[in-house]
Amino acid sequence: MAFPSSKEELRKEKMQDSDRQPNGTKGASESQFRKGLAKLLRNRMAVFGGILILGYLVTALLAPVLYPGNPSAPNLMRSLERPSLEHPLGTDELGRSILGRVIYGSRVSLMISIGVVCVGLLVGVPLGLVSGYYGGKVDFILQRITDMLLAFPGFLLALALVAILGVGINNTVISIGISMVPIYIRLVRGCVLSVREQVYVEAARAVGTRDLKILKRHILPNVMVPIIVQTSLGMGTAILFAAGLGFLGIGVQPPTPEWGAMLGSGRGYIFNSPHVATFPGIAIFLAVLGFNLLGDGLRDALDPRSKI
Amino acid sequence: MFQYTIRRLISTIPVLIGISLLLFVMLRALPGDPALVLAGQMASPEDIELIRVQLGLDQPIHVQYAKFMSRLAVLDLGRSARTQNPVMEEIWARLPNTFLLATTAITLACLLGIPAGIVAAVKPYTRVDYLVTSFSLFGISMPVFWLGLMLVVVFSVTLQWLPAGGIGTWKHVVLPTVTLASFVVAFIARMTRSSMMEVLSQDYITTARSKGLMEKVVIVKHALRNALIPIITVVGLQFGSLLGGAVLTETVFAWPGMGRLIVDSILARDYPMIQGSILIFGLLYILVNLIVDLIYAYVDPRIHYD
Repeated sequence: MAFPSSKEELRKEKMQDSDRQPNGTKGASESQFRKGLAKLLRNRMAVFGGILILGYLVTALLAPVLYPGNPSAPNLMRSLERPSLEHPLGTDELGRSILGRVIYGSRVSLMISIGVVCVGLLVGVPLGLVSGYYGGKVDFILQRITDMLLAFPGFLLALALVAILGVGINNTVISIGISMVPIYIRLVRGCVLSVREQVYVEAARAVGTRDLKILKRHILPNVMVPIIVQTSLGMGTAILFAAGLGFLGIGVQPPTPEWGAMLGSGRGYIFNSPHVATFPGIAIFLAVLGFNLLGDGLRDALDPRSKI
Repeated sequence: MFQYTIRRLISTIPVLIGISLLLFVMLRALPGDPALVLAGQMASPEDIELIRVQLGLDQPIHVQYAKFMSRLAVLDLGRSARTQNPVMEEIWARLPNTFLLATTAITLACLLGIPAGIVAAVKPYTRVDYLVTSFSLFGISMPVFWLGLMLVVVFSVTLQWLPAGGIGTWKHVVLPTVTLASFVVAFIARMTRSSMMEVLSQDYITTARSKGLMEKVVIVKHALRNALIPIITVVGLQFGSLLGGAVLTETVFAWPGMGRLIVDSILARDYPMIQGSILIFGLLYILVNLIVDLIYAYVDPRIHYD
């Protein structure tokens, strides 16, 4: 084979191309990691992304301190007020403070995105490891299932799964999580394929190390970097997808303060009270921007040859 | 080439069958009886039973699937539980609208994204580059539905230049197109930039320059052609996320397309409609990927398909 003959092969080639020189020893990879971290801290955009995320984390943790009231309690006397000193971001159609709901919304959104990447990691990484390491029939079947799932664009897949599972916060997490699984499977499998043939893996096998130990000790550490990068970018995608589902009315349900759902209900008042839809959108945008900046920075620092 | 096309077409069949099987089994394994939904709250148990028999829901699941597939072979996707119209008819009525939006958006995205990416790659780490890179980062991080709403606030509510929603004149197309394209422009610009930068560092570019070719010729003829493959991949893949984005954009602008159809069907638990429209979306996506693969051959004569 002289040239890549299909998109799939092109993609594979790119993946191999992006593989770092794998390190067999733990010490070397640790020092490399430290070097990467130093590089990350020099990247101003990545640091900015990190600060944004830190800000959201603090907001989510301190939500009851920052906004002592109940963000879901309606107060119809004061509905659709413009931003004022008392309500810095105004109130929504039920008279609830938008600031309070945006603050509490950071809890919901961060929780969802953490849940989503957990589903993706816990299901996708082991399956990718097994698929790449063992090959054969298991690999074939797993890859065909992955093909099938990847036949849908991510958001549509999550949408289809919500259609099947029903609305609500748990189903939002499961649906978006499953839609990320095939991405992790492909990513991890591609990395494993190139690490599997390394001499140190062969040596470990030759001295009779059990497969599980080889996977855990020799292969997993070498596929960690792309997983970390993908996870940061995946957190941003999860927030976007969850907000999208909430906006359509098939994600997190009211009265839970969720940014997407807030935008969805604010849409009805766009002509007279555009502030209702403006601020939750800014909250989504900055959170996603933070994760994307950090993800880009992580990739540049730890995995400079990759192009994902 | 012809043989390859046929082979690729055949290879999509198992994927499609898999998708249909997955959708079919999962939709039926779930709580919520479609016959109940269809009959409404006032129906007697006999009515519900009658509807169940009419829908074939009383038969074993493998028989139901076999019937579903044999009807699918003649493009009969059943009837909508909500409107009673044939699913295929409703899809046909809306598909052109989504297709129009997707085409205008991808065209706009290419027209903006590719030149922006080239400029950024030719003058890396200059102001132009930073501008393009930050704009594309913004585009990727911005929720499309929010951008759509903000465009409505500016252009429909404040300036009153363009309609806030609906369909009809060319004016109705502008805001949805810009909204839908925003995300894709960003991706295309990013990919064009990184692909061009890689090609521009190759030896043959240095050769082309050193033999005194005009910079324009070097960029367009020597660099761009070689950078095109990953760009085409991204455009093809983005077509898929465009379909996903269409769901949101169509909701913002009350655009009567496929995306809106899916959401309405999900909200109404209209199973035949959900099944049919998702299947058609999957088919569209697979077809686009196939077309992308075939375009490779024209752009890059080194690729051969055996």
